[in-house]
Amino acid sequence: MSRQVWRTEAGGHGIDRKQPVSFSFNQFRLEGYAGDTVASALLANGVRLVGRSFKYHRPRGILGIGSEEPNAILHIGEGARREPNTRATVQELYQDLVASSQNHWPSLKFDLGAAVGLAGALFPAGFYYKTFITSPKRWLWYEKHIRRMAGLGEPPTEADPDHYEHRNAHCDLLIAGGGPTGLAAALAAGAAGAKVILVEENPALGGQMLLAPQQVDGMSGQDWAEQARAQLDAMPNVQVLTRTSVAGVYEHDLFTLVERLGDHLAEPEAHQPRQRFWRVRASDAIFATGAIERPIAFANNDRPGVMLLSAVRGYLERYGILAGKTAVLFANNDSVYAAARELAAAGMRVEAIVDSRPFVSEAAALAKADKLHVLTGHGVTAARGMREVHGADVAPIDANGRLKGVTKTLPCDLIAVSGGWNPAVHLHAQSRGRMAFRDDLAAFVPDTDGAAYTSAGAVTGAYDLAECLQQGFAAGNAAAKALGLDSTAPTLPTATGDTVGEAPVLWAVQAPKGARCFVDFQNDVTTKDVGLAHRENYVSVEHLKRYTTLGMGTDQGKTSNVAGLAMMAAKRGQPIPAVGTTTFRPPYTPFTFNAMVGGHTGEIGNSVRRTAAHDWHAANGGVFTDAAGWARPMYYETEGLTPQQRIDEEVLAVRKSVGVVDVSTLGKLDIQGPDAAEFLDRVYTNRFSTLKVGRGRYGVMLREDGRVYDDGVTMRLADDHFHMTTTTNHSGSMFQHLEYLLQVVWPDLRVFVTPVTEQWFTAAISGPNARALLADLAPAVDVSNEALPMMGMAEGLVAGIPARIFRLSFSGEIAYEINVDADYGLALWNGILSAGAAHDLKVYGTEAMGTLRIEKGHFTHAEADGRITPDDLGLGGMVTKGKDCIGKRSLSLPDLVAPGRKQLVGFIAAEGERIPVGAQIAALDDLDAVQEALGHTTSQAYSATLGRHIALGLMKDGRNMHGRKLYALSPVLGERAAVEVVSPHFYDPEGGRQRG
Amino acid sequence: MMLIPCPWCGPRDETEFVYGEAALERPADPHALSDQEWTDYLYFRDNPKGEHTERWFHRAGCHHWFTVERNTVTHVISAAYPPGKAEKS
Repeated sequence: MSRQVWRTEAGGHGIDRKQPVSFSFNQFRLEGYAGDTVASALLANGVRLVGRSFKYHRPRGILGIGSEEPNAILHIGEGARREPNTRATVQELYQDLVASSQNHWPSLKFDLGAAVGLAGALFPAGFYYKTFITSPKRWLWYEKHIRRMAGLGEPPTEADPDHYEHRNAHCDLLIAGGGPTGLAAALAAGAAGAKVILVEENPALGGQMLLAPQQVDGMSGQDWAEQARAQLDAMPNVQVLTRTSVAGVYEHDLFTLVERLGDHLAEPEAHQPRQRFWRVRASDAIFATGAIERPIAFANNDRPGVMLLSAVRGYLERYGILAGKTAVLFANNDSVYAAARELAAAGMRVEAIVDSRPFVSEAAALAKADKLHVLTGHGVTAARGMREVHGADVAPIDANGRLKGVTKTLPCDLIAVSGGWNPAVHLHAQSRGRMAFRDDLAAFVPDTDGAAYTSAGAVTGAYDLAECLQQGFAAGNAAAKALGLDSTAPTLPTATGDTVGEAPVLWAVQAPKGARCFVDFQNDVTTKDVGLAHRENYVSVEHLKRYTTLGMGTDQGKTSNVAGLAMMAAKRGQPIPAVGTTTFRPPYTPFTFNAMVGGHTGEIGNSVRRTAAHDWHAANGGVFTDAAGWARPMYYETEGLTPQQRIDEEVLAVRKSVGVVDVSTLGKLDIQGPDAAEFLDRVYTNRFSTLKVGRGRYGVMLREDGRVYDDGVTMRLADDHFHMTTTTNHSGSMFQHLEYLLQVVWPDLRVFVTPVTEQWFTAAISGPNARALLADLAPAVDVSNEALPMMGMAEGLVAGIPARIFRLSFSGEIAYEINVDADYGLALWNGILSAGAAHDLKVYGTEAMGTLRIEKGHFTHAEADGRITPDDLGLGGMVTKGKDCIGKRSLSLPDLVAPGRKQLVGFIAAEGERIPVGAQIAALDDLDAVQEALGHTTSQAYSATLGRHIALGLMKDGRNMHGRKLYALSPVLGERAAVEVVSPHFYDPEGGRQRG
Repeated sequence: MMLIPCPWCGPRDETEFVYGEAALERPADPHALSDQEWTDYLYFRDNPKGEHTERWFHRAGCHHWFTVERNTVTHVISAAYPPGKAEKS
């Protein structure tokens, strides 16, 4: 009943034949076993065609068996849990898993995009650059079509239902890789008492021992790995993390890991994160990351049915699968002979062993003696078949892969290839380790000289099992000794595995004219593309990579990079190490953004600061905006009014009766100490040492380069005690700035600065009725103009709450800022509102506040944009002579006193016209004309007070331009307005109202 | 992510700190400097491949500014100390 046609009768220690698991691929219902990956389950069912390639839409199958897989990348899951670009060779099977192929239209078997592939030479490397990016407009038209043609999977559109977490950990020794080497290292270091974290990307420990029959201490490799796991689990100082990858190596011994807790399940278990991102500080590390088998390029080497030899062996050993009925095995090393015997014993017909080496090795001779069909000095020149291999062209070749004789076609449905191995040097490279090139292996290995961490096992080029175990034990012991632990080496197990023998490198076999030999499967880069890049002078490997996209896929060229740069080296006539490698960057394998983000989503990722009256604002129509992380009401939605009508009402309330606004977000700093006044003199352009106790002063601060940094009012509470306010934007940076000056520049000043922004709740009441309202609220406080004048302060009960009252004005009306302990903020707010009913009080938000200040010509950071001096703002008089301050030296620099600087002006629009946001000021009323920008607007508003649209802005020589009739133009918005340049003080320029 | 040894709090993750800038001494009397000397102080910075002396602020910690000697290539921090102490000029 089982349709698992390619499954062997028995065997496969990674699967549980008693537990069938049903899943679907492109809506076909299939069955595998518990322990399968999606790739092994597909192969078990004889499914080979699993995707279409990135650029040419060529049919593609499964190449490998692990995280190096370039071809078999699928959508896994449905709806919000659909994960694109998932490697089928890594994804574990679970009941009712839904898998679908990517990048084809309309169907996998019949893909119109494959016409691109048939169009052959039309799409060489650099094609997009050369053909489409001729003009921006043409590119915009082409781009959407190209985007649909080329690409990988589609991300889900719904929010991720799972959660993710971060974890920090420390250890003595981090071991990357749980194969024989990593296990041996962990056993040695663990036994010595080192705190070890062992990381393995697969669900089971054992590495290559699980993928080919091997013997350790008389047990199978798999049994030995299980025994080692049991021993490690018994050590409280050792933590084993499976389904976990070391993603990156960073400075100061930081390693990032990604642990996949829920990816092998339909959904994570309750209260379990799907993935966990680890940040591990490890005193030392051992990279036992193994090696990745590399293919040999030949014509049509991407056809489904062309696989890595080690993968074919692994599918048989671990999953009980014969990945074909009739195989041609093609290799440059002796591992092919052991493989041939295993496959033949399991029932596969081995049509031929094609050994590229010109000599007959001992293993080859034995195979010949056993009547296996061995062809030494031969190569596979081409795969036959379209959606599936049905033959292999085989011919005699020389050491460089050039044809030396007649080609014959052997019937087969599987071509298994081994071109040697590339050590997985990625983590060593990330840790700034240098590379050494081993000519005998034609591979880069970690250079031990200057290496920050130890590499051991196959990553060093040790492909022999016994040597891996020996290196692992030695590395584990050495690490333990370096930690000062007493370590006696455990007894080295005896091991037998297959031998690789001499493996003279062969990157590609000469292809028939017009055929494609793929180097990078995922990005459809061929040997020809490498040649083209060389001809066009992209000779650096970094340029080769970017021009051809070699190694830029989600697999980062694990099976292709070294071949690509070897081919480039051959073209340049240089040795491979002279060409070098591209930079290895984290992560080793792709992981989700969600793991990176962890729990930092929503408000935890972007925290919102709320004032004490926030809930009132929210309940009363407040429409919020973000201001330096604070949620501030812009205005209060009112039934029957448009937002602008409501803002107008709020503005007019302040001008005609009284308004109240929550200004708790202003930065507040408590400054105390014998030298506090001197300190303020040095940071403000104007003087504060002359300020009387109980009075405040408006001050401007500069950056050291003379540009306006911040402004605000500082009150003197006592001789040695000040209360400073800053803009909302600089409430955080101001503290850091002042601390810098006190700790680094003037450590002799005896001053303490304490940020108290959150400790106070502040409401500003302003308008002609503000004094009467305050009198009602604070009956015990003398609020007369004599007792509490402009820039004066008082202390007393307001609405029954102890308060500091500062009389200052941003709106230009009589105004008081009432400060209370933030815990009493809502009580004060409600108190003001109840008392306000008798005074025609209205609440207002930041929009009305902005309009009021524009009417008064007060600047904000929109005007003081980091390029603007006090004089530019018309505040040159605030720079007190006879004392120095931060930034004052810069004010006399030539550029800051040169004529023609932009100065603050006002613009008033013609009746009924609206000044566009971000407008340029120009002489001609023409949005399309090329003309000089005379200035620009910085803030604009409709002034209900004046019945006109007004704006502040900066204009070259602006103070001499008052009265000019010009135009505010926004070609971006397609809007314009006729404006007159005026003083920025639109309303009550003498300031009589606020002093009254 | 670096591990920065705050002289007051000990080694802490980089995310707790804010980078200031190169550890330069502010001229005692800026007005005694020529325009050229002052703008050199304002704008011109060495960008060494190697040892760099710089200031960091422990924002999510003790609120102290301090000086760090760091290799810009390897990130190895060879010293960290309070301002004014053992500073290179």
